[in-house]
Amino acid sequence: MAVQHVTRAQEPTKASLVYDPKVRSIFFQVVLVVALVLGIWWIVDNTIVNLRRSNISTGFDFLRGRAGFDISDRLIEYTSDSTYGRAILVGLLNTLMVAITGIITATILGFIVGIARLSRNWLLRKIATVYVEVFRNIPPLLVIFFWYLGVLSILPAPRDSIVLPFGSYLNSRGFYFPRFIWGDGSWLILAGLVVGIGISWFVARRARARQMATGQQFPVLWTSLALIIGFPLLGFVLAGFPLTIDLPKAGTFNLTGGFNVKPEFLSLYLALSFYTAAFIAEIVRAGIMGVSKGQSEAAAALGLRPGTALRLVIVPQALRIIIPPLTSQYLNLTKNSSLAVAIGFPDLYAIGGTILNQTGQAIEIVVIFMVIYLSISLLTSLFMNWFNAKMALKER
Amino acid sequence: MKHTMIGIIGAAAFGVMASAASAATLDDVKAKGFIQCGVNTALAGFSAPDDKGEWTGLDVDFCRAVAAAVFGDGTKVKFTPLSAKDRFTALQSGEIDVLSRNTTWTINRDTALGLNFAGVTYYDGQGFMINAKKLPGVNSALQLSGASVCVQSGTTTELNLADFFKANNLEYNPVVFEKVEEANAAYDSGRCDAYTTDQSGLYAIRLTLAAPGDHVVLPEIISKEPLGPAVRQGDDQWFDIVKWTYYALLNAEELGITKANVEEMKNSANPEIKRVLGVEAETKIGTDLGLSNDWVANIIKATGNYGEIFENNVGAGSPLKISRGINALWTKGGLQYGMPIR
Repeated sequence: MAVQHVTRAQEPTKASLVYDPKVRSIFFQVVLVVALVLGIWWIVDNTIVNLRRSNISTGFDFLRGRAGFDISDRLIEYTSDSTYGRAILVGLLNTLMVAITGIITATILGFIVGIARLSRNWLLRKIATVYVEVFRNIPPLLVIFFWYLGVLSILPAPRDSIVLPFGSYLNSRGFYFPRFIWGDGSWLILAGLVVGIGISWFVARRARARQMATGQQFPVLWTSLALIIGFPLLGFVLAGFPLTIDLPKAGTFNLTGGFNVKPEFLSLYLALSFYTAAFIAEIVRAGIMGVSKGQSEAAAALGLRPGTALRLVIVPQALRIIIPPLTSQYLNLTKNSSLAVAIGFPDLYAIGGTILNQTGQAIEIVVIFMVIYLSISLLTSLFMNWFNAKMALKER
Repeated sequence: MKHTMIGIIGAAAFGVMASAASAATLDDVKAKGFIQCGVNTALAGFSAPDDKGEWTGLDVDFCRAVAAAVFGDGTKVKFTPLSAKDRFTALQSGEIDVLSRNTTWTINRDTALGLNFAGVTYYDGQGFMINAKKLPGVNSALQLSGASVCVQSGTTTELNLADFFKANNLEYNPVVFEKVEEANAAYDSGRCDAYTTDQSGLYAIRLTLAAPGDHVVLPEIISKEPLGPAVRQGDDQWFDIVKWTYYALLNAEELGITKANVEEMKNSANPEIKRVLGVEAETKIGTDLGLSNDWVANIIKATGNYGEIFENNVGAGSPLKISRGINALWTKGGLQYGMPIR
């Protein structure tokens, strides 16, 4: 056997090229790439040829055309005279708004429920379990309809609005609250906020350095809070109270003035938050249970109080387990926001669909959809990977 | 919604290929044995399933008329219910052969979308409906400043709405839904002050509301909405068949040929009636279209003439009770004018 092996290594024959695993693997990879390129080329070419044959206009020029339709929820200036491109931007911003507010709420709610599921309080634990099991097992579309048709649409008509404190109202057209209109000199308030945050950061650094050196602690949280609230307040007084409040008033049909959060946004936001929070709660519970018991025992042995132990020992380790699956949940929430179309919230998918119908340029719109959703998802992943790396065990 | 997405992508990537291979729709239709017709999901009088699950309505009967012209049998048709948003993609991709879904004929759809409109089966105009009980004193669309208006997305209605409020310097809040049912439910629950669509649609939708008597249609008509069937561009033969099916329905009404008397009309002494019904000697009245010579007789046997279809579905014989108005024949002061079959 050994002799045979040596001879083969010494004089490789030409016939063995076919059996060479390296050559073979390269050959098959080349074949795959060629097949893939040909396949894509065939699809693209076929599509272009046939679009031309059926006299359907193509290209992205339509984005500069006048949209002609109105959008009720918008974060930027938009009228029916704006372009299709701007309409897509309005939709994208609406999608991002739902995604970001939804992610924040779902995370907070998910952490609370997840920790509640591990609580020693029987009632709390059971309520959290029921919450998770109910929301996790209902399709998100039904959760949206539950909020839209089951909760918000049965609120009273604008004439009989429910009056809430601070000049706010709740009715079937949404939630109305006073809008602050900032006058001249409001920049002082913003400046105060920046200064407050800056000093807080400095205080926190010093406090940590002092604790490292002397072991003495400093109430960083309360000091920062006072600084961050105090400085803008000072700016507000110095600028001479530059604030007018626009209160919602009864109009012919709806309440006018103030700030209006429409039921479409509210139900989508609440539904996505509640739905995703159920999954996040399970992830949080798994993360905390994944930290070995020895860690909390060791923290107790060092004399850390339960709260401090949770903050300094348990949570940082649990986060390492929590973050990767949390990323998937964030991506799911963002993608599920396209269900908005069912209740008439103008998100990217709904507005894109309208444009698709008005211009008939299905392929271009679908390409725009895919590129935008892909970008949002990749950016979210990128951020979460960075956060994960930051939180990961630093081996020294 | 994900289904729609997949549908669109699928249609975009693959469907377009399929349609290319089939320029001759008539041959394809004959090969598969039925016509695939795109209709509305639920619009009483135009296309809606009845309590037995049978499709009924003016748009539906037009599809049956085309099936009768091609196969001599009005039942050889299958219906694809479509939302306003999906309808053109479905036609472009070859998923359906005829789109008969209260679709407004516009220049943009006729050109950029690659469609051909075969005629106007219903002349309509856009109006508004409000709940008169909740909004007493509102009797004109011009009083709707500040109102929330429910509308279906991807329609000419949505565009006319924006134009109307802009032209009159009024504020409004559009609440836009993809499906008729969703828009109806939202309006009925009080989410919107007003509902806007074609006037015929408003009358049909009013019937489905919880308390139809509380709602009134405002007098203003803010647009022209010629509704008609459409086919893909690039197949003149199929376009001709659908177009002449429409004219045949009108000519039959003009000549007094009805579902009941079509057989005895074949023995009529009137040469025009004989020609239309294909009983003239050596006639090529149907074969030139790629059909049989008795295609008009088959249509009338299956669905009746235009007047009968109108009365049964939206007119006096239906819950909608819409008068013929501008949809009367040209001989009676309306706009319906069938090109001569000769």
